[in-house]
Amino acid sequence: MNLSHSVPRVDAIEKSEATTQYIADMEFAGMLYARTLRADRPRAKILTIDIPPLPAGYYIIDHNDVPGKNRIKMLIYDWPFFAEDVVNHVGEPILLVVGPDRDELETLLSRIVVHYADSAPILSIEEARRGSLPPIYGEDNCFAKYEIVKGDPEGAFAGAARIVESEHRTGYQEHVYIEPQGFVGLVEKGNKITVYGSMQCPYYVKNALIEGLGCAPEKVRVVQTTTGGAFGGKEEYPSLIAGHVAFAALKTGRPVQLLFDRSEDIAATTKRHPSVFRYRTALDAEGCIRGMDVEIDLDGGAYAGLSSVVLQRAIFAATGIYRVDNLRVSGRVLATNTVPTGAFRGFGAPQAFFAIEMHMERIAGELGLDPLEFKMSHALKQGDETSTGGYIWQAVKLPEMVEQLERMSGYTRKRAEIKQRGNAGNLPLRGIGLSLFFHGCGFTGNAEQAIIKGRATLSKLPGEKVEILVSSAEMGQGCQTTLRKIVAHALDIPLDNVIYANPDTDRVPDSGPTVASRTVMVVGRLLERAAAEMKSRWDTEETFSVTTAYRQPEWVKWDQDTLKGDAYPTYSWGANVVEVEIDPLTLETDIRGAWGVYDVGVPIDERIVLGQIEGGMVQGLGYATIEVMNMKQGHILQNSLTDYIIPTVKDVPPIESSLVANPYEDGPFGAKGAGELPLVGAAPALAAAVQHALGLPVADIPVTPEYLLRLLEQTSLK
Amino acid sequence: MIEFTLNGEAVSIETDPLRRLLDVLREDFELKGPKEGCGEGECGACAVLLDGKLVNSCLVPIGAIAKREITTIEGYRHTRRHAVLAESFSEEGAVQCGICTPGMIMAAEALLSEHPEPTAEQIKEGLSGNLCRCTGYNMIVRAVARAAEKGKGLW
Repeated sequence: MNLSHSVPRVDAIEKSEATTQYIADMEFAGMLYARTLRADRPRAKILTIDIPPLPAGYYIIDHNDVPGKNRIKMLIYDWPFFAEDVVNHVGEPILLVVGPDRDELETLLSRIVVHYADSAPILSIEEARRGSLPPIYGEDNCFAKYEIVKGDPEGAFAGAARIVESEHRTGYQEHVYIEPQGFVGLVEKGNKITVYGSMQCPYYVKNALIEGLGCAPEKVRVVQTTTGGAFGGKEEYPSLIAGHVAFAALKTGRPVQLLFDRSEDIAATTKRHPSVFRYRTALDAEGCIRGMDVEIDLDGGAYAGLSSVVLQRAIFAATGIYRVDNLRVSGRVLATNTVPTGAFRGFGAPQAFFAIEMHMERIAGELGLDPLEFKMSHALKQGDETSTGGYIWQAVKLPEMVEQLERMSGYTRKRAEIKQRGNAGNLPLRGIGLSLFFHGCGFTGNAEQAIIKGRATLSKLPGEKVEILVSSAEMGQGCQTTLRKIVAHALDIPLDNVIYANPDTDRVPDSGPTVASRTVMVVGRLLERAAAEMKSRWDTEETFSVTTAYRQPEWVKWDQDTLKGDAYPTYSWGANVVEVEIDPLTLETDIRGAWGVYDVGVPIDERIVLGQIEGGMVQGLGYATIEVMNMKQGHILQNSLTDYIIPTVKDVPPIESSLVANPYEDGPFGAKGAGELPLVGAAPALAAAVQHALGLPVADIPVTPEYLLRLLEQTSLK
Repeated sequence: MIEFTLNGEAVSIETDPLRRLLDVLREDFELKGPKEGCGEGECGACAVLLDGKLVNSCLVPIGAIAKREITTIEGYRHTRRHAVLAESFSEEGAVQCGICTPGMIMAAEALLSEHPEPTAEQIKEGLSGNLCRCTGYNMIVRAVARAAEKGKGLW
């Protein structure tokens, strides 16, 4: 059997029958409900809080009820479970009201009055850059600052025949998993705290609870419930909600459920980092890139969370798929009094790839060159040095991928047609654009080896059954099916003989979080190795377990202090084309078609990979066009699905995609990461198409009619 | 006392007539198939059939359904039509995280009862009140087209 051929997803029928239990569907005897009182100002001291008399059976839970450290442990200890004496962003949790009747909770919540002393807030990247207000974090108000230098960038600029500059901005993006966040916490016998919830990373939650509860690891149990979409949004924030229900369960002695409603979810949980990228490129007389200088600012919001790692990925992606020998990239994450930003599918790369692709389009435009030809003449090849001085170790199939993309989309032919016909009159303006991109697979640098240290267990049970014990969470991406397939294929047993329950930290080892396109490539590889050992003992032993631990590929060399070496063990690659029509009167963009060719190594299941491709491209097209989120005085203006618009079935163009096989030696059966890659290339292809249609350089996303109108006005003023 | 038909059975409930149908279904009748995704009628995860027409149960006060007929996924999933839809959803990759799926299936039922041989445009129109963040929709559109084909004569 060909492994890549699709099998029915193991969870499809039960999800269609609605027998799958999500966190909101779980009932516990004597369960209480919780609602959160949130800050309604961006930066203030809390003076006093007036709490009305509570009826019997109702409780207030605040920072005084945190037995351990009132800080969530991500990378540094800066994010409180509950505000203490200050609030740093609108939506920051101050306390919970807990009790048996939800209407009563709303009434109580509305009667609590917080008295504040306001301070002047820092509300944007621009205000943070000015530095005129007291810092929110540290002395320079930066959660992280890095710089990478390669070759002799100063020399390259000094000897340049021409220098091209551009600046690019990207906005917030909200995950909009259709299942809002939620948890239930309870105290089990022996004072053990158990939490059930919608999450990507059971061990992140467990570690946060150990710190917050100040207890031994065996006193905390975390069970993931089937998760209704996540996209990175359920990577770090669930630790905070889990803490809340744990503290509430501890105080009340009852199970406590905390479910977010949609507006609360939008207002309080993490988003994609808004960014500003400034590019300068030194060209020689032949129009070849000799050097590049990039400055990146990300808006980190009020707390650090995972922002420093997001910035690292943005820096490593800032030169795109291009070889640049003389390079300086510097980046900062600035603290602002806004909702914290964090993990979101792509993790800094969607911003960077949008920026570098638009910058490359800009250079090609100024040189009067065909953008595709210009880009391909600078594309990385196998053996080339990366921006961090590591190497592209594996084959690069970009030329083949571009050829295939041309056949599917007719990119070059259509560009020529549009040029010949011209875009004039009241006809829709046609345009077509292309992007080239990669995604570094798995964690950055040596983090898999140095920090995560993932393990996976395979147990042989009576009756020729095998159980997968890993902490990877099903959130729609299909790991319940793909990891089973890897094990069944390696052991040559039927898929139905492989058991894989939702992770429960009392039963599974820490295989790492379900993030960074690592589940199939890293955890799947651990399982493939465990299965190989199991197979060798299969006939002689009835029941036994095999545990494997992560081993870094021997070619990976990385220095985290200097950020030098192989930032990723390997890369998945993509090429997209998007075709648009723009109404010359309303400036609305109609996406006519989208095409993609991807190298994800070997797909473990073609239909599941197709699902990642189509879903990722549509999420990326939404990011580029209609997904608008603005702040006013630190308040999000679009905190409902009426105002924050995501694509509906009517917004989606026909999508055609294909895969180019490129087996990866350290992935299970040759597989690499596939989850994030398809989102990364959509925005630059869309923006390049809009630019082509209008004949104006598009610098920012989202490309709204209002933005295009400003572009046109600026141009006519010049 | 509000009397109505729920999944083919006569039921009654004494409650505040302004409570949301969604809450009554989930809390009083323990029908967890309709999901709350937004609470304002934008996402369709809570979709049910009211006298055969698709409605968002988060927007319907329970008082408004006296003497009327409600079908949820729990009532629908035993039917041959559901089996064809579920199989087609699986075959086309229309299910990922699954939270929108019960609502999508109810929307597909409403649309196929009106247009047993739908065009792609009719399918899109029929599903346009239901949000999905995982699939990008085209796989769901193909699943509904496949179900219409496979289940010829059922609708």
